[in-house]
Amino acid sequence: MKPTDIKNPEYFHKVVDCQYACPAHTPVPEYIRLIAAERYTDAYMINWQSNVFPGILGRTCDRPCEPACRRVRVEEEPVAICRLKRVAADNKSDITERLPAIPKIKNGKRIALIGAGPASLTVARDLAPLGYSIDIYDNQFAGGGMMRSQIPSFRLPLEVLDEEVGYILNMGINATFGIQVDSLKAILDKQYDAVFVGTGAPRGKGLNLPGLEDAMSNVFLGIDWLSSVAFEHTTTIGKRVLVLGGGNTAMDCCRTSRRMGGEDVRVVVRSPFAEMKASPWEKEDAASEGIPIYNNHVPKEFVVEDGKLKGMRFEKVEARYDEAGKRTLVPTGEDLVFMEADDVLMAIGQENAFPWIERDLGIEFDKWDMPVVNKTTFQSTNERVFFGGDAAFGPENVITAVAHGHQAAVSIDLFCRGEDVRKRPPPHVTLASQKMGVHEWSYDNAVANDQRYAVPHAPLEKTLKDRKVEVELGFDISTGYKEAERCLNCDVQTVFDELRCIECDACVDICPTDCITFTMNGAEQELRTRLEAPAGNLAQDLYVSAELPTMRVMVKDENVCLHCGLCAERCPTTAWDMQKFLYNVRKAGE
Amino acid sequence: MSYQLPKFRHPELPVNDLGYTKADYEGAISTLCAGCGHDSISGAIVRACHELSIEPHKIAKLSGIGCSSKTPTYFLGKSHGFNSVHGRMPSVVTGAALANRDLLYMGVSGDGDTASIGMGQFAHIARRNLNMVYIVMNNGCYGLTKGQDSATADRGSASKKGDPNIYSAIDLCGTALQMGATFVARSFSGDKEQLVPLIKAAISHRGFALIDVISPCVTFNNNSKSTKSYEFVREHSEATGTIDFVPLHKEITTEYQPGHSHEVTMHDGSSIHLYKVDESLNPFDRRSAINAMEEHRYSGNILTGLIYMNLDSRDLHEVLETSHRPLNALDEADLCPGNKMLLNINASLR
Repeated sequence: MKPTDIKNPEYFHKVVDCQYACPAHTPVPEYIRLIAAERYTDAYMINWQSNVFPGILGRTCDRPCEPACRRVRVEEEPVAICRLKRVAADNKSDITERLPAIPKIKNGKRIALIGAGPASLTVARDLAPLGYSIDIYDNQFAGGGMMRSQIPSFRLPLEVLDEEVGYILNMGINATFGIQVDSLKAILDKQYDAVFVGTGAPRGKGLNLPGLEDAMSNVFLGIDWLSSVAFEHTTTIGKRVLVLGGGNTAMDCCRTSRRMGGEDVRVVVRSPFAEMKASPWEKEDAASEGIPIYNNHVPKEFVVEDGKLKGMRFEKVEARYDEAGKRTLVPTGEDLVFMEADDVLMAIGQENAFPWIERDLGIEFDKWDMPVVNKTTFQSTNERVFFGGDAAFGPENVITAVAHGHQAAVSIDLFCRGEDVRKRPPPHVTLASQKMGVHEWSYDNAVANDQRYAVPHAPLEKTLKDRKVEVELGFDISTGYKEAERCLNCDVQTVFDELRCIECDACVDICPTDCITFTMNGAEQELRTRLEAPAGNLAQDLYVSAELPTMRVMVKDENVCLHCGLCAERCPTTAWDMQKFLYNVRKAGE
Repeated sequence: MSYQLPKFRHPELPVNDLGYTKADYEGAISTLCAGCGHDSISGAIVRACHELSIEPHKIAKLSGIGCSSKTPTYFLGKSHGFNSVHGRMPSVVTGAALANRDLLYMGVSGDGDTASIGMGQFAHIARRNLNMVYIVMNNGCYGLTKGQDSATADRGSASKKGDPNIYSAIDLCGTALQMGATFVARSFSGDKEQLVPLIKAAISHRGFALIDVISPCVTFNNNSKSTKSYEFVREHSEATGTIDFVPLHKEITTEYQPGHSHEVTMHDGSSIHLYKVDESLNPFDRRSAINAMEEHRYSGNILTGLIYMNLDSRDLHEVLETSHRPLNALDEADLCPGNKMLLNINASLR
């Protein structure tokens, strides 16, 4: 193998698994250390710069960082990264002084944002401080998009939402709420310098099954129903509720139903339990509220008697997999299962809809009727129009929308300055030694053995009575500290200098996870078979040095390195050093 | 500051026949200087014992005084241990081995502990052929007292702040051969590929097995004028050959080409495959071993690897014809069989 190029920022970035997995690449270990140091406001601001909605995401994020956490490769559970973010948000002091200044004199460029969800708000947050004049149009009565209409208040209190949306809307942004944009041409005709479309994936999918027509008055689309609850148009639901679907919307529907009068609420899903799209913790939360999940049941028909919905029939199936792992649901041949229901909520997916975009504006649409959008620049085939969030590539999540927003803002800024949007700015990167003394580092290098701490919940008797009572109470300060100490500091990198190495093997001997080997070089696949410990995780890189005096090379398998710093402590010549690697995605104008 | 090893280990560490991982053979975190060769030797002992699937409670590790003699704390944390008096490890092992012949005795000593204060004990334990592994962590200096030259420092070699040594060096391998040791090897802490199979072979050998391991002292004796530095040893060591150790009942997976290696069966049924580099040395012939050592001394090189092994070795218990049951397992009835038996014995002597 060639010596690893550690000057390439992506090499060490990949070692910080959580940050690398985060669509917005939030520097997770950096803010977790600040939480441990009780510097909550600083921790909050690192998040705010990167993911714009720390308080919201600290409660509702899909947390792609957590399955990536190195901790799951050496023990059971990842660091509770998401809920630590909430600790920063809960305990911060007033941040208004730290918000960017908004220039009084604008730069003369006008930007329209369609939709006031997380993607648009991120674009606004990045462009307003640069002097852009920003107009937001949204069909709801307040900003936040799906964070307001679809995430129930028992998961995300309104105050938290209002606060973080407010930070952006107060940046001198001209927001028009309660307006349905029904023509993109009309917006473009207003001579905006650029238009950003962040309208989400607003259309719920339905199931057209026998009996639907007669049952219609008791069958609802999940996202529409949630939004109707959020805006208080709907205040009750029947005692027996069936929720169809296995994603997070289904979980929100069933749990909201429990709070709206539903007593026998059931989730019915076609797929096996383990393959449901909902996050594991959402399924757990539903279960803890007494909501059973019936898996392997395919809805077949609505049963209506005397013009009134009585229930639904389902066909039992089992999942079979072919050699390629492709799943088919095969009926078991048993009788159809009947379940009683007063109301049915369909939460089987949502999709994009752009009836309001005229097809002669130079915006190309593909065969799925989705706009053709560049995955790096977020520009459509009409150079003035940019897309982001669910509107760009279909339903994802809040943190992905934020990441899109940042990149779209970079593009819009480049475009408005007449520069090439394809020339992306490189990340901000620093790499600095953490050495304080022979055995002293400026980070807590001791590895905490603690198991993951559970976030306490409010009692069910209280939460099920009122849909606005938040279920999770968040970590208190001392539990937050202990959870923060579980972080392995993967951003503090093991940096090797072959010129200093005397090949004494001290690092090999001390490494608790046998990451380091000195051996003859070879091709990666073959080299992986000769290391001190199995190196079968091909997703994790090998760090290879240049040739040493004995003709061998140092090979470090990054996979289960604990970043404990013992290699550097045991190194007599400081050939190993622990260096903090900070990686920040460059925002518009930076 | 790190006084403790993290609890986590590589999740796919190989397990041995007993179901143990290497971690089960580790000890406490080392307090020796960073880069000390002794820690690598500890690592090699851990690896050898794990790979041989020795039950940790069947091992006793004993040492004297010195940096080297601290190391038993840093390996085999679940084995028996005795940190004895300076230079007196051999007599403590002798007592222990006589009382319980069923344990594997792993003696660890240094150049001071063996070649200075313990020289007399060392000579006698070698000639008595006590069944033990005797590892010398040899750095040519007294690291624990700021690096004065030890008795194994080569003439002319200088430590970091010292003058060239004016005395002749004691060669422990040569001394052991003269004293009648039945297994003699030399190795280097920075070469586990060589050291681990040697430790395994020493464990399988019945009788006194000396491994003199050159182990650089990074703090006081790893400088350009020292003959016990990492750099000097790497440049001047010449291996007798390489060996593969194959324990009994293990399938031989390597293909050995006839004529290139020499297979030797040990008394416990294990075998070693010796790939000879130096054709002039026959490690099963004492005169050849002594000659080879002298040759290398003249040429200024360090001979490493297996130097001598006596396959017909008879250890102290065999020579003394002691009871096959360990003495500490004999009860009063065994030890005092009564007046009638005494009368019989007396009668047989009349």
